[in-house]
Amino acid sequence: MAIETTTDNAVKAAPTPGPSQRSALPWLIARRALTGLVTLWCVSVIVFVATQAMPGDVAHIILGPSASAEQVAQLNQNLGLDQPLLSQYWNWLSSVLTGDMGDSLVSGQPVSELLAERIFNSATLTAIAMVLILPLSLLVGLLAAVFRDRLLDRSYLGTSLIVTATPDFVIGSLVIALFGTVVFKVLPPVSLIPPGDVPWEHPRQLVMPLAVMVLVGVTYLSRLVRVSFIDVLESEYVQLAIIKGLPMRRILFRHALPNALAPSIPAASIMAAFTIAGSVVIEYLFAYPGIGSALVDAVAGHDLPMIQAIIMLMAVAFFCFNQLADVLGTLNKSR
Amino acid sequence: MKAVEVTGLTVALDDGSVIVDDVSFGLESGQVMGLVGESGSGKSTVALALLGFAKRGANITGGKVVVGGVDLLALAPNDLREARKKLIGFVPQDPATALNPAMRIGTQLTEGMLGTKKDNLPRIREVLETVGLPSDDAFLRRHPQELSGGQQQRVAIAMAVAKGPELIVFDEPTTGLDVSTQARVLEMVARLCADNGMAAVFVSHDLAVVGTVGDLVTVMYAGQILETGSREEVLLSAAHPYSIALLESVPSTRQRLPLVSIPGRAPAPGAEFEGCVFADRCAFVEDRCRESAPALVATSTGGAARCVRVDHVRRNQTMLVKEPLHSAEGRAEGDASVLSVRNLDASYGRTQVLYDMSFDVAPGECLAVVGESGSGKTTMSRCLIGLHEDHSGTFVMDGKPLPPRLRDRSKEVKQRMQYVFQNPYGSLNPRETVATAVMVPLKHFYGDRGKAARAKAQEALERVEIPWRLADRYPAELSGGQRQRVAIARALACDPSLLICDEVTSGLDVSVQASVVELLRTLQDDGLSMIFITHNLAVVRSIGDRVVVLSQGRVVESGAVESVLIDPQHPYTRGLLADTLEVDRPDPETSDLPG
Amino acid sequence: MIRTRPREQGAQAPPSNLTRRVLTSRQTRLGLIMLLGMILFTIVGPFLAPHSPTAVIAKPYASPGDGLLLGADSLGRDIVSRILSGGVNLTWMGIAATAGGVTLGTTIGLVAAFAGGIVDTLLMRVVDVLLTFPTIIMAILFVSMVGPSRILLVILVAIGLTPGMARVMRGAARPVMRREHVMWARTIGLPSRHILMREVLPSVTSPLMVEIGLRLMWSVVGLASLSFLGFGVQPPAADWGLMVSENKDGLAIQPLAVIIPAACVALFTIGGNLFAEGAARVIGRTEGARS
Repeated sequence: MAIETTTDNAVKAAPTPGPSQRSALPWLIARRALTGLVTLWCVSVIVFVATQAMPGDVAHIILGPSASAEQVAQLNQNLGLDQPLLSQYWNWLSSVLTGDMGDSLVSGQPVSELLAERIFNSATLTAIAMVLILPLSLLVGLLAAVFRDRLLDRSYLGTSLIVTATPDFVIGSLVIALFGTVVFKVLPPVSLIPPGDVPWEHPRQLVMPLAVMVLVGVTYLSRLVRVSFIDVLESEYVQLAIIKGLPMRRILFRHALPNALAPSIPAASIMAAFTIAGSVVIEYLFAYPGIGSALVDAVAGHDLPMIQAIIMLMAVAFFCFNQLADVLGTLNKSR
Repeated sequence: MKAVEVTGLTVALDDGSVIVDDVSFGLESGQVMGLVGESGSGKSTVALALLGFAKRGANITGGKVVVGGVDLLALAPNDLREARKKLIGFVPQDPATALNPAMRIGTQLTEGMLGTKKDNLPRIREVLETVGLPSDDAFLRRHPQELSGGQQQRVAIAMAVAKGPELIVFDEPTTGLDVSTQARVLEMVARLCADNGMAAVFVSHDLAVVGTVGDLVTVMYAGQILETGSREEVLLSAAHPYSIALLESVPSTRQRLPLVSIPGRAPAPGAEFEGCVFADRCAFVEDRCRESAPALVATSTGGAARCVRVDHVRRNQTMLVKEPLHSAEGRAEGDASVLSVRNLDASYGRTQVLYDMSFDVAPGECLAVVGESGSGKTTMSRCLIGLHEDHSGTFVMDGKPLPPRLRDRSKEVKQRMQYVFQNPYGSLNPRETVATAVMVPLKHFYGDRGKAARAKAQEALERVEIPWRLADRYPAELSGGQRQRVAIARALACDPSLLICDEVTSGLDVSVQASVVELLRTLQDDGLSMIFITHNLAVVRSIGDRVVVLSQGRVVESGAVESVLIDPQHPYTRGLLADTLEVDRPDPETSDLPG
Repeated sequence: MIRTRPREQGAQAPPSNLTRRVLTSRQTRLGLIMLLGMILFTIVGPFLAPHSPTAVIAKPYASPGDGLLLGADSLGRDIVSRILSGGVNLTWMGIAATAGGVTLGTTIGLVAAFAGGIVDTLLMRVVDVLLTFPTIIMAILFVSMVGPSRILLVILVAIGLTPGMARVMRGAARPVMRREHVMWARTIGLPSRHILMREVLPSVTSPLMVEIGLRLMWSVVGLASLSFLGFGVQPPAADWGLMVSENKDGLAIQPLAVIIPAACVALFTIGGNLFAEGAARVIGRTEGARS
């Protein structure tokens, strides 16, 4: 009976993390994995349709209008373009799933071999950038939130507003003009890594592309950190902590930080996803040998298998980071 | 020396407008002062200012707050922090947001105390037991979100009490709680303050709550103290016209009284006044009231009121004593009911929230449905209107079966049954004027446009006492009470036979609630049938003809309001009635039961 | 039911106020002026160009002088004329793509929020699939096979903007669906179109306004980046993004040929961002949402 709520009853009535919640987790993961697979399948269909099933003669697009009939027939046979669309798709998908992406039309070598080193280079660049971005964003966002509306915060907001709005290639060009060619000629304006070398053997080549990626990444992520920190600082539990007479350090690091960090973690994952898209522009600008610049080259050379492979790869990576962000976000909420 | 001495406390916004104006009072150890006021009166700002704290955008601009011999407002930031830690405890309004979700209860309880966690643990366990909570390690390891609302509030109280402060400030600590939990918490507050010899300031919008815990009662309005004195002085023989008017607007479970609302609208925080802040709404106003601001003067009974006509008001206030209303009786038996509900079950997913509910609404009758939070009363009303479709049971309206789902109902049914929502701030489209809001259903149901529609809209608005000059205003420019009236006018414009009111007064201040209840009563006199959903038994008494008491999804008792509230049969109803707080009435003769 | 205490915030001001309110901020006014200024500049520019933007009239990277205010680019064309003529495509394509993406995204978002259930799930799945392609990758994929037609680019960028827009509008509309005035409209049986257009849409104009500023910025960024990569406006036509990539090898000799078009793109997008963020801040301050 509600009126006679005793202590014991009240304790029992309180929600505890029961078994129902725990057993729901595998179910959630399974459902997410399933929708993820369906999404990826749709992605493969789009990539296939865009490349092989477009209206018009694919072989002509690849070879150019001056190609002879024999060349066209040869290419059609090589790519299996003379078969019905469904079996083309099936052959393509099954070989992609087994890791066979076909041979490059330009060099004749297997795509997987050509891409291996490029992938490694891109991953290295992105990983180093992330390692720098995460702690920097936290620091900058925290400082801006603590000094909210003061000079430090305002100048930070102004700078980040401009950086966010400026395309990567513009920032990159200005950085090159500043440090590479025009003002101070201290760094190499292009970031060529000789084939066979690992990127960190050439640290000077990495400085400028990293600087651009870190600048863009930190301005994006630190703003989210700032906003979530400000939310937390204005929350009633922080107000109560102040009223209780706790020292500022304890309020910031014990009360505010754990709560402010939570919403920033999925954001970091989303940012990693966007870094993949941004890599195309940055790698092209600095002539860095990663998959982004490989894509630009492949499109220029109408290298169909390369295009398919790189775009599938990027979409999958992008998708994975987005999913990770979603999962982290859901975990946050349920906590 | 008094334990707490506040003088000339003033708080202003960044733009200079004053939201707390020259507040002074003193408290002995062990004394509890109830600080009561409607929304925007500045009572919560005072509560925070007692700790030397102001929200972002506001600043304490003057005055002294002396607690235990220390003037908090004169301290340097570091000393102020130490003083807060030692001298004052604070109990927030909503513990669900005021406890840190990422920290264990034990840590939050001990961190505000002097000394190490280990030293303080025995004291914490002791206090937890006095507030009726478990004190074992398992409990201390929990996070706030693993506790119920009542438990969270007890933890917050324990946190404030544990350090043995000179003063505890309670900022509306029972607002979100059910009446039964509220009664327990208030009892505990009174006991803790007396046992530990702590002075306390208890802020609330509810006169009955303040009257229950407060040794002293202080009434605030527009940032000023209008009246202060002992509980008996203020509640039984109020001297200020505002206090009197506020008391008149409080409904009672004991008798069906006409409720008197305060005319006009409460001023926005920071508004400026030439003379008395209440002059524009006062029944006793004279020219001199508007000329200069009155001072707080001692009254004949020992309190103080900020009114130049104290003695005159005191002498004449007996004129306001009200005759109890008699409930409309003897509705013709055998009349076909407007709506009958049989065997209603409803659920959300796999959780069933309503069990086998049946009732009838007779023509011209007001059926009150009363229940605490989680009793399923709102789900019931949503089932009736068709917004909640996961239910089974039969509805018959005007002799015809009513399809359960909204899309299967005819236009006529949708017009005959109208719904008024709890939240006055969400019920009107913020981008439509008042006139448009009322004309939309006119066009939809009757095809009325242009002049004809405006005439009908004007008629509907006049019925709810909204003057036509407000017709072109947007909802944001209206007060909560006015918005709720417009929502009622919009329903009336459809010419309904049944009006479902879902907690329509619970978002409103008590003086505004009075005006809405009175309005609904006049509509009922015009023959409109009504289902009135509420958690408040006093409002049931004021408006209901028959009542259905709902507990955990089941009807535990139903019958005529008079008989159920005078002689409840079910233990649940009895408990509910016992826990519902009452403001003591000044005149014992009028509380004789009618009939 | 927890008793909600009377509160005056939560209220929203009427529509005529929104524009006025947003323009009280210096930041939004500056942003709007920059945006309109750049649009005007790109439209009037071609008529002011002293030379044909495609005519080779000097040596590659010729220095300023000789009637050429800023000198010549990598092929010996007048830089001033190319800058004056190089923004008009960006402007119309950017605006068209934004209009398309915002309209489509808003429609999907509102319909998903209103219909709920299976319709909501399906639409959001489609959005998720689209979201798997970053705009630039999607554009490259199709442009690589179909060729860089301007209409195609507009469509691709619009589609790229759609999923994000749909998510934001669905997120903004869902709480509105639970508002009492929308529920009331459903109980009296007002037609869905009326509810969406009159009850829901006006309540989400604030996020809509912010999103339009942001999406305009992104579509200009995207289109300029595509031009820079060689997948957008094709040579010999003048285009700012293209100019940066054409002249970047001569950065040491003729830095202005890169820096000025880069700055033009930046001015355009910074204007959009100034407006969007300023509007978001005003709205956050006056409506209690966070900025």
